[in-house]
Amino acid sequence: MVSNGIEVTQDFAILTQRVNDEPLTYLDNAATTQKPRQVIAALTRFYQHDNANVHRGIHTLAARATAQYEAARGKVQHFIHAAEPAEVIFTKGTTDGLNLVASTYGEAHVQAGDEIVISIMEHHSNLIPWQQLALRKHATLKYIGLTAEGELDLADAAQKITDKTKIVALTHASNVLGTVTPLKRLARLAHHHGAVIVGDGAQAAPHLKVDVQDLDVDFYAFSGHKMLGPTGIGVLYGKRALLDATEPYQYGGEMIDLVTRDASTWTALPWKFEAGTPNIAGAIGLGAAVDYLEAIGMDRVAAHEHHLVAELLPKLLDLDDLDVYGPHDPTKHTGVFAFNIKGLHPHDVATALDMDGVAVRAGHHCAQPLMQELHQVATVRASFYLYNTSADINRLLNAIQEVKEFFSHGSVEAK
Amino acid sequence: MGLSKLNRLYRAVILDHAAHPHHQHALAAATNTITLKNPTCGDVIKLDVKLDATDHIEDIGFTGDGCTISQSSASMMTDAVMGKSKEAALHMAKTFSDMVMGQEHPQADLDQLQDAAILSSVMQFPARIKCATLAWWALQRALLRADQVTKED
Repeated sequence: MVSNGIEVTQDFAILTQRVNDEPLTYLDNAATTQKPRQVIAALTRFYQHDNANVHRGIHTLAARATAQYEAARGKVQHFIHAAEPAEVIFTKGTTDGLNLVASTYGEAHVQAGDEIVISIMEHHSNLIPWQQLALRKHATLKYIGLTAEGELDLADAAQKITDKTKIVALTHASNVLGTVTPLKRLARLAHHHGAVIVGDGAQAAPHLKVDVQDLDVDFYAFSGHKMLGPTGIGVLYGKRALLDATEPYQYGGEMIDLVTRDASTWTALPWKFEAGTPNIAGAIGLGAAVDYLEAIGMDRVAAHEHHLVAELLPKLLDLDDLDVYGPHDPTKHTGVFAFNIKGLHPHDVATALDMDGVAVRAGHHCAQPLMQELHQVATVRASFYLYNTSADINRLLNAIQEVKEFFSHGSVEAK
Repeated sequence: MGLSKLNRLYRAVILDHAAHPHHQHALAAATNTITLKNPTCGDVIKLDVKLDATDHIEDIGFTGDGCTISQSSASMMTDAVMGKSKEAALHMAKTFSDMVMGQEHPQADLDQLQDAAILSSVMQFPARIKCATLAWWALQRALLRADQVTKED
């Protein structure tokens, strides 16, 4: 295996199975990751021993549940280097977090004639909330383009971000191209023009060391399930001053302070934005996932993935009849690889790879404008995580070779 | 090796239809037209049907993008329904949908589907059932529209 000292397969029983009689090679991590036994155990433990609603109860279980839920918040705060736990809001996931910002801060601060700037490689979750906000407000939505290498075009960014810009919302790492965005630099640019910057960390927080204070992002959203945690839980980070000055958009539950017949007031951060009974077990499971990643160390996670990229990318680029999208320089690439085999539809390729036990995604990856930019209807996407190894790389490459042979042989036979 | 199972899905006749699709063109004089997308993968089919005065399919053609399964299914579907009455074509679409979902059907119904009956193999590949049915859904939607020339996406 790629040796960076990460040997974790014993924690992921799901990965040791055979699929279609072949060893499973799970390469759909950009969609969702597998969960280590420690996360599954945390969920089970909570439901078997501590299950209660948070904050409201006086009894012992309620106190335990509340303590664990808030402890998870503290773990996330530490994980992303937020200044305080109050800046960590639990959400359903990245999409929920980005919609929250658009529906609260965006709704309050964007007016007719203002500009919102995103990039052409955003996935739908960081595109449609801004598109719809712009339509509601008669604001202008501008797209930063890409360089020929598939990276964010910084010269174009400098053109598109102006004094009219109120919000810049950018992915930290592309879910298709594997490109990392220089978010810190773009935050400086946005702030220079008086805009806030929103980071979409769905494909970055699981893979890179994220320091929201160093990046100086105003908001940053990510999902638990793409970083070993459960589905249905995610995080929205926001700077306290901005969150304090922003009205909530969902009401009820623990976010209430005082209610009279005619008016209400809201409780403090972060609960102001956590209406209703939250995903308590999900937050605790995410906390366990953070513990797991911190025990390994995000530097090692990133280094392991860099090893995989350095091994796989040149080999993919060497294959005949393969178009690989995104940067060709391994140092500028995350463990997400979008490609197409010439003459084959990505769905046919994905079915064929599945028969070899290799699980990949095929489709537009919720990034239709990017597909239009690439002049593709869809692509195959193989995405790696910390438990993937050189053996997985070899299985993928062998399977691609077999797929090519199967379909060239098949179509010859058909004629 | 794992790919040997693929022969169950990608039979020679399916690959042949995909490589040389029948009726892959637009109809200028269509009476019923529809554009359907499979939003999860971006595949799209535009189906043109020309019904004659007695509601029989006088001509049919499709355009669009899709995988081997969706393209060959469209090709097979157009072969099978050419010349059929609207009612018969709708019955065939129902038979096809039921067949790929694993429901039993009289052999006579399956015979009507001609080459398309071979797509029953798609049952073993649940993720691909939508690919196979897209053309038949398009046919159903096109024929069931009350107005003559219909457009939808």
